[in-house]
Amino acid sequence: MSAVADEFPELQKLGVEVLSISVDSVFVHKMWEDHELSKMVEGGIPYPMLSDQNGNVGRLYGVYNEDAGVQMRGRFIIDPDGIVQAYEVMTPPVGRNVAESRRQIQAFQLVRASKGTEATPAGWQPGRATLKPGPDLVGNVWKVWKVEEGK
Amino acid sequence: MPTPFKAGCQRPSGTSLAPAAEETKITELEKKEAKQSMIKVGAPAPDFELPGYLNGQFSNYKLSEYKGKWVFVCFYPGDFTFV
Repeated sequence: MSAVADEFPELQKLGVEVLSISVDSVFVHKMWEDHELSKMVEGGIPYPMLSDQNGNVGRLYGVYNEDAGVQMRGRFIIDPDGIVQAYEVMTPPVGRNVAESRRQIQAFQLVRASKGTEATPAGWQPGRATLKPGPDLVGNVWKVWKVEEGK
Repeated sequence: MPTPFKAGCQRPSGTSLAPAAEETKITELEKKEAKQSMIKVGAPAPDFELPGYLNGQFSNYKLSEYKGKWVFVCFYPGDFTFV
């Protein structure tokens, strides 16, 4: 969660709100923040740490592990209309790449701002060329986009 | 928009605000068999209200109050885990 906190200023610049959720109580959240996270992130965790003790919200999102009684590592990108645009779920031992989540949010924001007239090709990074879907683009992507650009 | 609350003797807990969840109240026995399906991209995010901790303050947070903003929701296995 400290990795998310580290990206928080960048996410904030993009107007993104962050919520973290686990089955721990808010009292444990406070202890974790007091004793460990505040030593990893200057100023402490800048977003609300929520408590889903019975796993009901995790079940609703399909990320609750009934056998272990904990949430899997799942992250969801929700747009201003409350629509889920993307998610990723992983088993606990592998951490996420928050920079990639940020890249995806930037891509979704660009698409939304263009009202669907632009799309971002594979491996798109902010500032790079986008695609303008339409009849003229059919069969012609090779002219405007090279595979190397996706790296 | 978050509603502050005082720390009492009971551990604060939250609730899902999705109507479907109310209808399918899960009993302890049924829990294991309870169907859990992944939500769909392009579909509305299920609403919820949960207690949370931020900057020395306990408050209740409702997802629907974030309408109009981009929201990044992260589930994780537990406090004091290592990754």
